[in-house]
Amino acid sequence: MMALLKRDMRLAVRAGGGFGLGLSFFLIVVVLIPFGVGPETGLLGRIAPGVLWVAALLACLLSLDRVFSLDFEDGSLDLLATSPLPLEGVVAIKAIAHWLTTGLPLVFAAPVFALLMSLPVNGYSALVVSLFLGTPALSVIGAFGAALTVGIKRGGLLLSLLVLPLYVPTLIFGAEVSRRGAEGQDYTTPLLMLAGVSFAALALLPFASAAVLRVNLR
Amino acid sequence: MASIWEYANPLKFMRTSETILPFVAWGASICLVVGLIWGFFFTPDDFRQGSTVKIFYIHVPSAMMAINIWVMMLITSLVWIIRRHHVSALAARAAAPIGAVMTLIALYTGAVWGQPMWGTWWAWDPRLTSFLILFLFYLGYMALWAAIENDDTAADLTSVLCLVGSVFALLSRYAVNFWNQGLHQGASLSLDKQENVADVFWYPALVAIAGFVLLFVTLVIIRTNTEIRARRSRALLARERMS
Repeated sequence: MMALLKRDMRLAVRAGGGFGLGLSFFLIVVVLIPFGVGPETGLLGRIAPGVLWVAALLACLLSLDRVFSLDFEDGSLDLLATSPLPLEGVVAIKAIAHWLTTGLPLVFAAPVFALLMSLPVNGYSALVVSLFLGTPALSVIGAFGAALTVGIKRGGLLLSLLVLPLYVPTLIFGAEVSRRGAEGQDYTTPLLMLAGVSFAALALLPFASAAVLRVNLR
Repeated sequence: MASIWEYANPLKFMRTSETILPFVAWGASICLVVGLIWGFFFTPDDFRQGSTVKIFYIHVPSAMMAINIWVMMLITSLVWIIRRHHVSALAARAAAPIGAVMTLIALYTGAVWGQPMWGTWWAWDPRLTSFLILFLFYLGYMALWAAIENDDTAADLTSVLCLVGSVFALLSRYAVNFWNQGLHQGASLSLDKQENVADVFWYPALVAIAGFVLLFVTLVIIRTNTEIRARRSRALLARERMS
């Protein structure tokens, strides 16, 4: 399992920009928003939590089709499916590797981007905590979408159509946590809900993804 | 001897469904005509909202159908996953576009009613938002069916998507409630008589709902049978090419 995790992370980092690409995309969205809505600090600070969450979600979406498609094309997914490790485990590991290379860098970069969006100072901790607990759900749900569309040529657009509605609960709770944090309110309830969504997705969705992958490998 | 699983046989399903099809179709037309005319012309206007309340006879049945069609797809998907009956998967496929259209009708009639009453076409109200999300789920489901060439693979994948989607649709429904307080009124029809609208509106609404249900059954039977025939003709063509 650890070997698979290491291999996937190494591939993501070295094979041309899974690593930097998500971050750069995040940066570009954050740079574009002030051009769209105007540079007033108050307005930017008010929409910052939501914008940062949507940007993180889109950055995550961007790299999803790489989770399975490369391994599917060169046949290593077939080998993984026949290995002693259950396919559910393979899926979970791949989702975690995706999170470590896409979600976690976003969490660390978020304070810097929040500065660009002039987020109120007391909102930083809530933003980081919400991203840290919420982005695993994005990766796991995304892995399910990637497993669904792995057999389809140019399935990228379909992937976003399938995955984005599934992101709604995560986005609602995540953005709510960081909004309440920025306004100085208590954010325990949405944070617990967000953690619940993340852990439930991590525990249950690999079974659905593995079932779907088995169909696609048939 | 009479078991529902007999209808897993496409031939048996087609024979029975085609026998009942005229009755269902006529029932749908009669119920719709009677219910809508009764509702539109023979019920009193609301004392504050005027005649705008009459869109209720389309809005409520279509909204109910939009949700119930998804539940029907969930059940047929489960039947396909567990018992591998092709008719079941085809029925789910046949129902999806009808459900999407029902969702659109509910959203559209709601917007038309909301403009004079709430002063806005659209508000990010929990019910409205959940319906929009439901519509996106229908779109994704249909797109996945359309994208995959092998029929059995498509049936498997869409069934799993329907199961996972149901969980997330339910989750979104309550998450959205948490996110914003509503403008939409509570349930107008429920089994609890206390909360119902008055009887003069209730009976035509019941007839209209029956009409929508029968209309849905009619359309699903027609679309499922069309799909079975299309598959059969494809199989015949393939066999001819082989020989």
